[in-house]
Amino acid sequence: MEAVFSLLVGLFFVVGIYLILSKHMIRIVLGIAVFGNAVNLLIFTSGRLMRETAPIIPAGLDQVPGPAANPLPQALILTAIVISFSFFAFVLVLAYRAYQEIGADDTTGMRISEPRDDALPPMGY
Amino acid sequence: MIAPVLIPIALGALLLMLRQYFRWQAAVASIGLLLMLVANAALLARVLSDGPLVMTMGRWLPPFGISFVADPLGAGFALVATFVALVCAAFSVRDIDTIGRRYGFYPFLMLMMAGVNGAFLTGDIFNLYVWFEVFLIASFGLLILGSQRAQIDGAAKYAILNLLATALFLAATAYLYGAVGTLNMADITRKASGLHGSAPLTTIAALYLLAFGMKAAAFPLNFWLPASYHTPRIVTAALFGGLLTKIGIYALLRVLIMIFPVERSTLSGVIEWVAIATMIFGAMGALAQTDIRRMFGFVVISGVGVMLSGVALGSALGVSGTILYAVHSMLAMAALYLLAGAMKEVGGSFLLTDLGGIYRNSPLLTCLAFLIFLAAAGLPPGSGLWPKVMLAKASIEAGEGWLAGAILVSGFLATIALGRVFLLAFWRDAETGLGTTVNAGQRLEIYTPLIALAVPIVILGIFPEQFIRIADRAAGGLIDSAVYVQSVFPTGGN
Repeated sequence: MEAVFSLLVGLFFVVGIYLILSKHMIRIVLGIAVFGNAVNLLIFTSGRLMRETAPIIPAGLDQVPGPAANPLPQALILTAIVISFSFFAFVLVLAYRAYQEIGADDTTGMRISEPRDDALPPMGY
Repeated sequence: MIAPVLIPIALGALLLMLRQYFRWQAAVASIGLLLMLVANAALLARVLSDGPLVMTMGRWLPPFGISFVADPLGAGFALVATFVALVCAAFSVRDIDTIGRRYGFYPFLMLMMAGVNGAFLTGDIFNLYVWFEVFLIASFGLLILGSQRAQIDGAAKYAILNLLATALFLAATAYLYGAVGTLNMADITRKASGLHGSAPLTTIAALYLLAFGMKAAAFPLNFWLPASYHTPRIVTAALFGGLLTKIGIYALLRVLIMIFPVERSTLSGVIEWVAIATMIFGAMGALAQTDIRRMFGFVVISGVGVMLSGVALGSALGVSGTILYAVHSMLAMAALYLLAGAMKEVGGSFLLTDLGGIYRNSPLLTCLAFLIFLAAAGLPPGSGLWPKVMLAKASIEAGEGWLAGAILVSGFLATIALGRVFLLAFWRDAETGLGTTVNAGQRLEIYTPLIALAVPIVILGIFPEQFIRIADRAAGGLIDSAVYVQSVFPTGGN
């Protein structure tokens, strides 16, 4: 089960990195989203997969008898999903505003903050 | 003990509700930062007298609950960071206009400080990730405040590369959790020492190096910094240049020196050359800039290289030098950017081609600039001297001559770059007539924050013994992690 998931995680990473390497802002943003989901799946797989027993402690005991599914990765992923979702929304708006203001959605056109024809500092008085 | 985090979150929320009351914002934020400063000072004093303090949320005993651990390193950094933020808030009264306040400068400032202090004080690696994201989202808000074209351009690069870095940080944490089965840093430290050889810890440490190196703007991964740090308001640039890269360095110290000491020594060759390249290319970038804000961005990068050299060495002296340099860098880099703001007010421009005649116009600003430049270049009586001496000495002791040479050469190049700013902006006669007239009351508002930063910079340069002692204790606590682990698991635990 873990082997299948690790292949899936690898596939997500490949897709994410491929999109991030693109010149277009919108693809980069989508790439970041896929990359983030790859990391979420990675956390899930790192916690070891097990679906037969729920981690519920029966009445009268103070710990789960025998092996059970790991509940912690779900808490971690939930946190990471909330964070990455809000960041995705922010970056999406930022990319749109950049397109409006700069008129370019590819990275070669985005040179406003570092202009190509920047003068060197004066060499003397 | 969680007051340094609780105060900014509560006041950030309060300021968000008070968005319409522009006049209250600065006052409430300043009071909040002052309270945080007092809380952090009390925390550091207690940590220094009683050893690391631990607090576990909701009485879920470690390693299950989220721990907050204040050791000399975290408490010390939090104190200096809060001081810098307070000074920046004082400068912002003038720099941030009504538009900036309407966009919410002060709530963002408070939430960013919550993230910064949280990152310094947490004892849980996933919680560290959460605090990274807290200050990252607040820094996005600060960065695009005003929404000019250059800001949006810079913010796009900053946002994407920093998001990628935190995603890598989270991926490394996932692998670490898979290998060690715990997220509590003290627990990881304890268990990792028994796993050498049986788990791919070197790979995990390398991933952390990549992620935090990106955050700290180490050489091949630093291109987001010069693209974005000169675009926002000058107060924002001062906060970022002073605080944010140092959190990357803090995280590197915590993870590589405390948790993975064995893996760090495997990677030390890589870190050493990254440090050298960061120092030299940062200083050379500074030489090539006309805009002083962009030049100071490269000076920040050069300083990151100096701090990385201590991580590469890993000896007690080297780590102590890195810690002291980080404290110096927080103060001096924030001072540099605030100085750029003051030069803009007095001289009328950020460009070396236009600036001139500030010495005639304002001798006091010239004196302050001279002190700050000396500190940033690592010359006496500034605060940059002693940490550089410690790092150079540690490199020579370790037989790493190239590292010692790079520290000295980068300091020399920074001296040339900053000396030229002094020559052109302060000594040269004003030809262009850009100089604005700033009256005496406004000058007081501009100079007070600079003086407030210059005083500790000079104290750190002239009386360093006490600070070196604290840095030594902080470094000792990282290298010999037994005290840290002991404080989280007093009974030994499981």
